[in-house]
Amino acid sequence: MSWETVIGLEVHVQLSTASKIFSGASTAFGAEPNSQASLVDLAMPGTLPVLNREAVRKAVKFGLAINAEIGKRSVFERKNYFYPDLPKGYQTTQLAEPIVGAGVIEIQLEDGTRKNVRIHHAHLEEDAGKSLHEDFFDEQGQGMTGIDLNRAGTPLIEIVTEPDMRSAEEAVACARKLHSIVTSIGICDGHMAQGSMRFDVNVSVRKQGDPKLGTRTETKNLNSFKFMEAAIKLEVDRQIDLLEDGGTIEQETRLYNGDTNTARSMRTKEDANDYRYFPCPDLLPVIITDEDIEALRAELPELPDARQARFSAEYGLSDYDAGILAGDRAVADYFEAAAQAAGDAKLAANWVIGDVAGQLNAAGITIEQCPLSAADLGQMIQRIQDGTISSKIAKQVFEACWNGEGTPDEVIEARGLKQMSDTGELEKIVDQVIADNATQAEAFRAADEGKQKKMFGFFVGQVMKLTQGKANPQQVNALLQEKLKETPGA
Amino acid sequence: MHSLTLTELNAGLARGDYSARELTEHFLQRIQTLDPQLNSFVSITAEQALAQADAADAARARGEAGLLNGLPIAHKDIFCTRGVRTSCGSKMLDNFIAPYDANIVERMRAAGAVMLGKTNMDEFAMGSSNETSYYGPVKNPWDTSRVPGGSSGGSAAAVAARLIPAATASDTGGSIRQPAALTGVTGLKPTYGRVSRWGMIAFASSLDQAGAMANSAADCALLLQAMAGHDSRDSTCVARPVDNYLGELEKPLAGLRIGVPAEFFPADLDSRIADQAHAALAELERQGATLVPVALPSVHLSVPAYYVIAPAEASSNLARFDGVRYGYRCDNPADLEDMFKRSRSEGFGAEVKRRILVGTYALSHGYYDAYYLKAQKVRRLISNEFARAFEQVDVLMGPTTPEIAFGIGAKNDDPVTMYMADAFTIGANLAGLPALSMPAGLVDGLPVGVQVIGNYFREAQILNVAHRFQQATDWHRARPAVGDDA
Repeated sequence: MSWETVIGLEVHVQLSTASKIFSGASTAFGAEPNSQASLVDLAMPGTLPVLNREAVRKAVKFGLAINAEIGKRSVFERKNYFYPDLPKGYQTTQLAEPIVGAGVIEIQLEDGTRKNVRIHHAHLEEDAGKSLHEDFFDEQGQGMTGIDLNRAGTPLIEIVTEPDMRSAEEAVACARKLHSIVTSIGICDGHMAQGSMRFDVNVSVRKQGDPKLGTRTETKNLNSFKFMEAAIKLEVDRQIDLLEDGGTIEQETRLYNGDTNTARSMRTKEDANDYRYFPCPDLLPVIITDEDIEALRAELPELPDARQARFSAEYGLSDYDAGILAGDRAVADYFEAAAQAAGDAKLAANWVIGDVAGQLNAAGITIEQCPLSAADLGQMIQRIQDGTISSKIAKQVFEACWNGEGTPDEVIEARGLKQMSDTGELEKIVDQVIADNATQAEAFRAADEGKQKKMFGFFVGQVMKLTQGKANPQQVNALLQEKLKETPGA
Repeated sequence: MHSLTLTELNAGLARGDYSARELTEHFLQRIQTLDPQLNSFVSITAEQALAQADAADAARARGEAGLLNGLPIAHKDIFCTRGVRTSCGSKMLDNFIAPYDANIVERMRAAGAVMLGKTNMDEFAMGSSNETSYYGPVKNPWDTSRVPGGSSGGSAAAVAARLIPAATASDTGGSIRQPAALTGVTGLKPTYGRVSRWGMIAFASSLDQAGAMANSAADCALLLQAMAGHDSRDSTCVARPVDNYLGELEKPLAGLRIGVPAEFFPADLDSRIADQAHAALAELERQGATLVPVALPSVHLSVPAYYVIAPAEASSNLARFDGVRYGYRCDNPADLEDMFKRSRSEGFGAEVKRRILVGTYALSHGYYDAYYLKAQKVRRLISNEFARAFEQVDVLMGPTTPEIAFGIGAKNDDPVTMYMADAFTIGANLAGLPALSMPAGLVDGLPVGVQVIGNYFREAQILNVAHRFQQATDWHRARPAVGDDA
């Protein structure tokens, strides 16, 4: 029996506005609990919301980035339910008339396959606060719950996709694409670990070819691509096992624990809330004019898809490499600056995707915090190009620069890494290597061409050893080729 | 001093007949002596009042007297007052010291008004008799066995008995006009959006409007002048310039077209009340106004529409009272759900719970279209009928209430009859129109009110009509039994 997986996403994106969606309080992450909760955020009696214009602008930009219909008139509604970190007893959100209508994004899998994912809509809403279940105890030592309302009222857009994804990999590609879009257009900082983007995944399975969708479950609040992929795979396996054992899937909300790679049911459909949505009487409908839309469109930077295409066309990069670079605006900016400084885009791309990305990953930092500037990377690549250093020595230079030893030129100078290109000096060293290894040289001369090829590397290695890697490899090759064939003393 | 209107006291202060401190002390004394008979105040802020009075006297001495400089006022306890308990008439907020001032509190203080205390009210403004207050019923100063109306019953009774020359109030379905009518004072509900709702504890956000009560239309004009204006903290508060309400008061009524909706004079209306309303209309006609019969055929649907919309909004607005951050929290909650349930069950009174239940039901899945959406359509219909009427006339008039003040406890078992008492006032809330009630006679020795409804933002016009009426009549100077000591 073959099963097909069907996945839809609901993505919460915190908009990077300075203040909250309905109050003037700051949205900065990591402040003392409740130090960024205003009267409005605390839902003090008599307080009223005032819509943050910037949040609307950012939401519209998202809509334009995915070619969606923009809601010329959108309406905030109240979603009513009780929860301790929901101060008003309702969440102000949008339902019937969202700010962003249907749109579409294109995702690309690692094998290069492309696929469209339809966006059902995206709406503006406010984030809730946080319940803190540790660190609070009453006089008897009983555990208590603390409430931090700093996050309450942080502007969000919730992006809802159609159930267009057919595997965990596609879902992750979609999530990455959305991450790429929202960070590229500057509406979200993209810091997943801080909760700036959170994913709910709706998962169902059905028999191959069955036109009817299976019963779905929703796994909430996944905040890394890795957890998202693992959580989907776990849920797909659970559903298939259950169905193959003759069971049925219950529509429910599930919670995934990334530490243990396990999930549990949080609530079933039966105990779902009736949210009693109705238009919020404290807020006027949001009216967006065509002029507003055109002004915001003009503010949009080059979008990831367009940039990827340009990188391929302009720099001759592979589609895949161009995609990796263009997917993150900061990385793309870094790459373009390095390419310009280096005068060689392909080399720059290799370094950015390879060593730079590797070091950033290892250090757990982002490209914005990269200790090696794009200009320095460019300079280093230039030094490879002009023969000052070899690619191998460049690795040393790169590391030294990364560790703050100076610009590439300074490091090359200070460490004496300049390539040895003086033929006279090299000749002496080559002669010495052949003399020191007379037996091997003898054997080389006696060997056939195939064997010679294998043995040649030994002599190159010896020369490099003596020159501490600074010898120009082309020259070494040429000299060795010439000298090894000569009969000693001839 | 207390027999003078706010306008007259203002002139007296300007002339130096008395100081703000003397006025404040006088009215504090009256509250002290007489309020035990009325229960119209829930908080008396004597100390702050005297400090504010001294500040007002000092400001006047510097030549910096504001519009209400040194005038004693009281705020309905629905308005947040920084550092002072703001209970909204509820056990839920009995321990709530507001951390900020409502916009109208700020504005009136900036104009130099002196706050003497906070007035009693129906719990969360839900009631038409002031019997639902956690602090006990307010008594009508004309007959203390009767109700003063509600929900602004405390403000009405205090102004009627001259415990205070003026008070703020709020009106969601008639909560200013109905008690004004039942206690013989002048009460003004401005256009929705004219006065900021910031700091006014929400009952039904799309209907709530802050306003004023005093002993004359001129007093209300003075108060509105200080209260009205844009506030960026209330998205529904308009940026439109504020009219000169005092400037139009004396305008002659010649050419004024008064619409008289037949629906405000139903066949079963107490004929003595109808007679008083007709007499008031005749007086205005005598001054040159023309009476025009108009129709508001859907206005009889006001009450049912209101009692869906208002509770629906209230059920959501009152969700914040959950015992987590402020207000009443039950003792020893077993868990989170127990805390929510018991805090709310114990903290809210019966009428508030009834309306939360009604509103929750009206918004529920499967009922929303039949109740809430239908009620909104009726609301639109009623608004359109008012708009059509205002194409023909300048103001609309009729009795404010279908009956005079009833006995305390008389309608406790019959909330629906009580709701019907708002039949004439609710229309203006649903449409968002400005309206006032002015005293226009006595029936059985109890006041009768006549309502003047104006077109949007035409507060100046309805104040003009009422002022001209009060220039020719003395009903607004009639004094109730309590506090009638000249």
